[in-house]
Amino acid sequence: MDVLMPQLGETVSEGKITKWFKSAGDAVKAGDNLFEIETDKVTMEVPAIAPGTLSEIRVPVGAVAPVGAVVAIIAGEGGAAVTTSAAATGARPAPTASKPAPKAPAAAAVAQHAYRHSGPMDPFFEVRTPERNYGPAKLASGTFVTPLARRLAGENRIDLSRIQGSGPHGRIVAADVETVISSGAGRAGAAMATGASADQVKALYQGVDYEEVPLDGMRKTIAARLIEAKQTIPHFYLTTDVEVGAVMALREEANAGAAKNKDGEAAYKLSLNDFVIKALALALQRVPAANAVWAGDRILRFKHSDVGVAVAIEGGLLTPVIRNAEGKSLSAISSEMRELAGRARDKKLKPAEYQGGSAAISNLGMYGVREFAAIINPPHATILAVGASQRRPVEAEDGSVRFVSQMTVTLSCDHRVVDGALGAELLAAFKGLMESPVRMLV
Amino acid sequence: MAELTYRDAVARGIAQEMARDPDVVFLGEDVAKAGGVFKATVGLYEQFGPLRVRDTPISEQAILGAAMGAAMTGLKPIAEIMFSDFFAVCFDYIANEFPKSRYMTNGQTKCPLVVRTGNGAGSRFGAQHSQSVENWCMMIPGLKVVAPSSPVDVIGLLAAAVRDPDPVIFLEHKSLYGTKGEVPDGEILDKLGTAKILRPGRDATIIALALMVPRALAAAERLAAEHGIDCEVIDVRSLVPLDTQTILGSVAKTHRCFSVEENPRLCGWGAEIMSIIADEAFYDLDGPLVRITTPHIPLPAADILEDAILPTVDRIVERVRRTLKA
Repeated sequence: MDVLMPQLGETVSEGKITKWFKSAGDAVKAGDNLFEIETDKVTMEVPAIAPGTLSEIRVPVGAVAPVGAVVAIIAGEGGAAVTTSAAATGARPAPTASKPAPKAPAAAAVAQHAYRHSGPMDPFFEVRTPERNYGPAKLASGTFVTPLARRLAGENRIDLSRIQGSGPHGRIVAADVETVISSGAGRAGAAMATGASADQVKALYQGVDYEEVPLDGMRKTIAARLIEAKQTIPHFYLTTDVEVGAVMALREEANAGAAKNKDGEAAYKLSLNDFVIKALALALQRVPAANAVWAGDRILRFKHSDVGVAVAIEGGLLTPVIRNAEGKSLSAISSEMRELAGRARDKKLKPAEYQGGSAAISNLGMYGVREFAAIINPPHATILAVGASQRRPVEAEDGSVRFVSQMTVTLSCDHRVVDGALGAELLAAFKGLMESPVRMLV
Repeated sequence: MAELTYRDAVARGIAQEMARDPDVVFLGEDVAKAGGVFKATVGLYEQFGPLRVRDTPISEQAILGAAMGAAMTGLKPIAEIMFSDFFAVCFDYIANEFPKSRYMTNGQTKCPLVVRTGNGAGSRFGAQHSQSVENWCMMIPGLKVVAPSSPVDVIGLLAAAVRDPDPVIFLEHKSLYGTKGEVPDGEILDKLGTAKILRPGRDATIIALALMVPRALAAAERLAAEHGIDCEVIDVRSLVPLDTQTILGSVAKTHRCFSVEENPRLCGWGAEIMSIIADEAFYDLDGPLVRITTPHIPLPAADILEDAILPTVDRIVERVRRTLKA
């Protein structure tokens, strides 16, 4: 904690230290006198307001320091020294400069909190400043947006990132937003805005029994995000078959060898999906260019593999993210996934737990789906759609037919980030790991 | 209805109030027998006599001190300071005495007076006789400040100033004294704290004061004719109290605002108004707030230099055009 030269009076700008009651290294208690100062008006003792160790005296006896200057450092209690080197010196403004001088010396020594207005300031009371915020003046892309354009976009739910500015230096001005509003395009977050209206649809089903289901927040979010994804992400799809015999055998063996507690419960029970998570995480490490997301005017490339896993829940789905999945053991992934999926179903996930990541997995194999193509979950660049594991006939090397366990996977790619060859490389890395799963363990 | 000069409107406004209320008196240097150095008070001495229209010694402090004493003891004086630059030699009255007396005595004394003065440049009077001091006055709590741009406003606002129970600084523009305008017959009474929209427009708001008002209007006509830019021109008229509703309402319509100020740029009146707009109408703005001002320099006496530094019609047109079309 910084010990500051206190404000000694409204017209006093500096003080001279005439005495230190403590030496560097001394323990101090709150209320202990630290030093004595002298100004052209007063002499007074300044006490410490926090306990700790006086670790450094910066202004020695006889020296003059301006109000607000750091004159000493008190290291925190219990030896946890608070380092203040860069912040403490130089440009820190006098924190109490605008405040009347405190009457009691006890309040004077360490002023950590800036002065705040206690009530509203309203000199022209004919009008009151509205408290609104329509977002930043500068978009992530670097484009500036005028305040009115921001308000119009906010009120009409227009996505500014899709508007080309016509103002000076490409600035988005109100006219640009009005053009989009009048054309009806560019709406963000409003699934209802696209497609036919409820009245139009209901007109097609006159005389038919149906139940109207109002949209909850999750349904609206899913609708908006998937429209956004399908309309703005240039998708392409890569499909391959993966032999899973080896991975199934490894899974059996691992699960059989799991330690059991006294109630007979296994320490872990790996699923095929746990292997898929791990394999995709490792594949992203092997093809780092694909471990990335699109960010408006740039690509963000990640060091770790954060893999989202779609979890169906009542009324929708969530995609919790397994962080640093490349470094986690299969059993760790398995138990984390089980825990996240459980809380997802209880709708108890925190936003931070389903945000981020560069790739996702959607597995419909348990429903017997052979193969499908998934919509990328923004801001991810890829999503792997996993079909059911099935016994299928394949041609053996000697030309005969043999049956193997296979599943079909389809990788959806955002072409802005992942080109065809790069996506194929990622898929090949995934396939190699799944077909030779021992490589996941090393 | 008659056409009247701004100069003659001053005399008519004073005469209107003096005829209406016997407590109104008028004093200043050479204002009585000579009719004022700008000939703005011709005929008052003859009409109202030496008791109510008085020439004073050349002492601005004496003029304002006498006016304050008269105001505190029941009269409603109008005092003239010949050049507004001379406010500096009697500023104690303006800054410390007039505006504080009601407050410091809890209303036991009042100061219902008007200080009229010749303000502004354009007449080759040099650095000490040409300043626009509206911002000096605007900054003092307790003063009301008006600056009319037309003969009819001179009469109406002067009447409102005389009838106001508090001190009012009444800034006449020296370069407007010769301008003419239609003035209705009969009593004219306006309201302090009201701005006037002189020209409605769609694309941008131009706020101006005193001599800058006719220039802003001329610029708006040219912007419309030559560049297709439709400007709304507001004559602020009263800096304190300020008609924020009219100004903010206009900005909410046009989404752009320019101020045309004769006072030097630093701390000019437009800075305060722009600050209010930025606070209150931020999300109505579709571009930067732009101030067109005299630079922060002493005013030159040479004609070409004086003409070059005051905001001109050309400068207003160019600045608005460039800002909107950039």
